[in-house]
Amino acid sequence: MNVVVCVKQIPDPAAPQSLDAEYRLTRTGKLILDEADTYGVEVALRLVEAAGEGEVSVVSMGDSSDVTGIRSALAMGAVRATVVSDPSLKGADALTTAKVLAAAIAREMPDLILAATESSDGYTGTLPVQVAQLLDLPALTFATSVVVEGDTVIVHRQTEAGYDEVVAQLPAVVTVTAGVVEPRYATFKGIMAAKSRPLNVVSAAELGLSASVLDPRQEIVAVETAAVKSAGEKYVDDGEGAARIVAYLEQIKILSGSAS
Amino acid sequence: MTIGDLWVLAEPTKGGITTTAKELISEARRLGATVTAVSWGSAGEEIAGVVGSFGAVRLLDLGDLGAVLPASVVAATLAPLLSSESPDALLIPASNDGRDIAGRLSALLDTPVLTNVTGLRDNAGLESEHPIFGGTQTVVARLRASGPGLFVVRAKSFVADASAGGAAQRVTVATATPSTRAATIRTSHVEERSGPALEDAAVVVSGGRGLGDAASYELVTELAQLLQGAPGASRAIVDAGWVPYSHQVGQTGKTVKPDLYVACGISGATQHMVGMKGAAHIVAINKDPDAPIFAISDFGVVGDVHQVLPALIAALKARA
Repeated sequence: MNVVVCVKQIPDPAAPQSLDAEYRLTRTGKLILDEADTYGVEVALRLVEAAGEGEVSVVSMGDSSDVTGIRSALAMGAVRATVVSDPSLKGADALTTAKVLAAAIAREMPDLILAATESSDGYTGTLPVQVAQLLDLPALTFATSVVVEGDTVIVHRQTEAGYDEVVAQLPAVVTVTAGVVEPRYATFKGIMAAKSRPLNVVSAAELGLSASVLDPRQEIVAVETAAVKSAGEKYVDDGEGAARIVAYLEQIKILSGSAS
Repeated sequence: MTIGDLWVLAEPTKGGITTTAKELISEARRLGATVTAVSWGSAGEEIAGVVGSFGAVRLLDLGDLGAVLPASVVAATLAPLLSSESPDALLIPASNDGRDIAGRLSALLDTPVLTNVTGLRDNAGLESEHPIFGGTQTVVARLRASGPGLFVVRAKSFVADASAGGAAQRVTVATATPSTRAATIRTSHVEERSGPALEDAAVVVSGGRGLGDAASYELVTELAQLLQGAPGASRAIVDAGWVPYSHQVGQTGKTVKPDLYVACGISGATQHMVGMKGAAHIVAINKDPDAPIFAISDFGVVGDVHQVLPALIAALKARA
């Protein structure tokens, strides 16, 4: 069974974030593999291990000048990476990105496509389903567990009330939530192996995508500073923390009057 | 150009439509639009009444879809209708199914989709507001594409107002057969939950990693009960399997706007704060004095939740 995982390199979420003059997220610092994607890579590796045959590869779109994050997916055990990198893709919206990734995935014809439910930088959360529609595949989203039996994929899909068991025939797109599995750490051997694994950088034209497909069709008209409320009182607990909270809850009338 | 027609995806729920759908219909009416609601399931008659009371004049009823994930069939049915009737936009609640439907429609109609919307403006066409960087800044966006815009709107962005009037005109729509093979729902599992619903509770007490272990979540549950509130959670402890997803507050969980929010051992990741920063009063308890949660708290205690929570619970019990 062959699995393709959609991955993304993002600026470190722990570092301060900003927008550039064109209202795009500043990506000048070091890029890392989105932690949300490590779960998809792990699920893919386990499914292939369980199937006893096949391979895991990753596809990504973005600037290829720094591919450290992509290499970390290879170090986990993916055997090959495709990175679509093209100046014309700068600022691409989710649908454009989906068209690019769908074109890259179509070249591999995998049995299963995995992605995170959303990225940790843009968190648009529609890309995997757009990819599924472009490739005319079922999409099983918000999965907290993924099992493959023969040519069927079975997932537990998060719902408001609990979860649904959802099934579809392969090939299919599955999006996984964070925490679905514990992603493995890359071993030293894995990191060394990753250096020699193929990482193919391709342009949009090489995927047969014309420039008109890539025209941005949404625009940011303004970025405004939101009204931020200022921080209130803060006490270092000296044993009176609970009493102070009680007093505050009385002040805001969540609790009535003082205790009798 | 003012806004003429807005369609709202009114996701069905037991005996009606979701609260977010009610909020969107209300807002569409406030924007001066003629509102069409789109829904499915076997309760079309009741739903026509509900969507009418919030301001929809017409209900497109797709009927019972059977045991499939709705996205493929709803999108395949709506895409040609959206093309031919060309409303200004389709407003979609930011639920799991809503996001899936938005993604499919976007690809079918070849039009971009704007997600994480928390506000809408009529500025010679529809503009949407999107909070970024934990809500410290707001991006204002609009679609350049022609044809109906797709906007995925977060819960509690607008106020639901049921004073509009009579039932909407119910139009039954024959569903299209999607080209995509179906994803079928085999079984549904409901997790038991008592007390007020998280999204409706006046008081929410949430726990995070700072609790240290799953067993300590009991402190959160107990405090929530004493305050007649609902227990919530950060994504970190839902991912860790301590509590079910239905407890999750934040970007990928529920948006809450209670009168009081108590954050216990929650550092305040952006992804959490967008789900609760609308609370009228925020109390935070955290060991780390530099935790971002304190920046939006009205009352903060720098301390160990294992000391403060038992003392607080004891104090509240003593009052009872």
